[in-house]
Amino acid sequence: MAVTVEIERLGTGPDPRRWTCPKCGHDADPLEFRKNWSVCPTCGYHQRIGARERIAQLADDGSFFERWTHLRTMDPLEFHDLEPYPERLREAQAASGMTEAIVAGTATIASVPCALAVMDFGFMGGSMGSVVGEKLWRAAEAAVDTGLPLVAVASSGGARMQEGALSLMQMAKTTCAVDLLNDARVPFIAVMADPCTGGVVASFVTLADICVAEPGALLYFSGPRVIQQTTREELPDDFGTAERNLALGHLDAVVPRAELKEKIARYLRLLKGGGQPDGLDRRGTARRRGGRTRKLARAATARVAAAFKDSGSEPVGGDGASPGSPEEAAT
Amino acid sequence: MNLSEEMERLRGLLKRRQHERRRHDTWLTYQIARNKDRPRTRDYLGFLIEDFEELRGDRLRADDRAIVGGLGWFDGRAVVVVGHQKGRTLDEQTEHSFGMAKPEGYRKAQRLFALAERHRLTVLTFVDTPGAYPGVAAEEGGQARAIAESMLSMARLSVPVVATLIGEGGSGGALALAVADRVLMQENATYSVISPEGCAAILWRDAEFAPQAAEALRPTASQLLPLGIVDRVVEEPRGGAHQHPEAAARRVHDAIAEALTELDALMPRERRMLRRERFRKLGVWGGEGLLPE
Repeated sequence: MAVTVEIERLGTGPDPRRWTCPKCGHDADPLEFRKNWSVCPTCGYHQRIGARERIAQLADDGSFFERWTHLRTMDPLEFHDLEPYPERLREAQAASGMTEAIVAGTATIASVPCALAVMDFGFMGGSMGSVVGEKLWRAAEAAVDTGLPLVAVASSGGARMQEGALSLMQMAKTTCAVDLLNDARVPFIAVMADPCTGGVVASFVTLADICVAEPGALLYFSGPRVIQQTTREELPDDFGTAERNLALGHLDAVVPRAELKEKIARYLRLLKGGGQPDGLDRRGTARRRGGRTRKLARAATARVAAAFKDSGSEPVGGDGASPGSPEEAAT
Repeated sequence: MNLSEEMERLRGLLKRRQHERRRHDTWLTYQIARNKDRPRTRDYLGFLIEDFEELRGDRLRADDRAIVGGLGWFDGRAVVVVGHQKGRTLDEQTEHSFGMAKPEGYRKAQRLFALAERHRLTVLTFVDTPGAYPGVAAEEGGQARAIAESMLSMARLSVPVVATLIGEGGSGGALALAVADRVLMQENATYSVISPEGCAAILWRDAEFAPQAAEALRPTASQLLPLGIVDRVVEEPRGGAHQHPEAAARRVHDAIAEALTELDALMPRERRMLRRERFRKLGVWGGEGLLPE
């Protein structure tokens, strides 16, 4: 029974027992297709995948520990368009089996431990509301507290309109979360999966230390329709694609899904310095390192001051000789 | 006749009336916020800032006229001012892209925030924009990251930062100048995640439903105050700020001055921590009691 359900969900063509590539028409066995990272074996088309499948692909087997599952979405504005917001939420929850558009927790990726937050476009377009923002904040906070890096996979249409200005505020909130990470020198890697647009790209995603995207993913703040309606501009055919964004300098790399896990692990090891992956048990590494940096800086300042004393010049004030210049400080 | 049935009917009627009233009021607020004669950032600079010296350019490639910035004196203290600038005549509107900033605008803002931090100057921002400029060149010039970085650079300031919403506060383009210690909002200003027209086009599949969308988004100052999104509603003269710009400016002045008095009492580090905490708390979620964390 479970298998039939699975196949039905995967099937996009007329025959639910086969998977047909929407780009090249290639016909594949759904389970084989899924084993191939849900990527078309012929043309490399990356089908959108949900948060659970993404986590299964990225996290080492059994390493993902989901957290903050108790947070519940509310309807503070009593938002009602053609349908009330709680109704839309219930439908999204029933269809996806998830409670919100993000799943967050801790995991190891190719043996590198990290905090992991994955968005799901299938849940109300992956839109960012209060709970998505709060889970991202907690993931960042947990990363800072444990000294683990943060990996976020974003796939979102933007802010959740049904939460009005509160969803807009999640852009500022997640930006502050990045500030928290930067302050603690905790590495932050963002992966942009199709589509990644609106509020999320103009906040935490593009502020990551390293920002990569999947092939063919569409990434933009304002979409083609809004641009055409407002400015009536002609859009290039490949507007907003990952490849075009890479050429324009907005991405570090375009990484095929099959290579994503290894790539992330390599980035994390490099950012942690010296290829020594931090064990889950080595908590507080980031804070200790911050402390050491400050100590080193103080020692260096003292050395420079001593050097000035020896050479007989005054370290502060004086004439135009600028005793504080870098050349002198280096001696 | 059944009394409870009658009560039920009256309650329903009352609710519908309240609904209609709110829709009417919200839509009216939008009309006032977008009114051509409403005082803009430059008008407030004239009323509030002495010896304003405009500083132009992002030091990378351009000067975005949709954002005006510079130095001046506010109540005897040197300040850096940054605000969206909409135009009044068609020529002005075109020159200022209707207050819709491009990446170079947000980068100019960042450059001015850095200037303020370096020289320990208070930052005042004025928000009045339909949103960020939606164009191919803006997108491909890094619009998303420019907005994100503008927010981050505001979050990192240790000097006092006060933002005032004076007209339309449209989406990320508005928020890019509003990550402040205190966010003040004029009575007839709006602040929303999307324009009512945009929201109606997506959720109602018809932009004609803009008044309904406007009501649903709850974008007015009095609705945002209890959510903690704004800290203070600044009253306007009867009929709106355009009826008596000078009186409107006086009230904005007093609100900013009071906010600064509070912020002056804090240490630079505290200001930064409290600003972060302010935005961290924003949002409404439930289920806290379900699991021990």
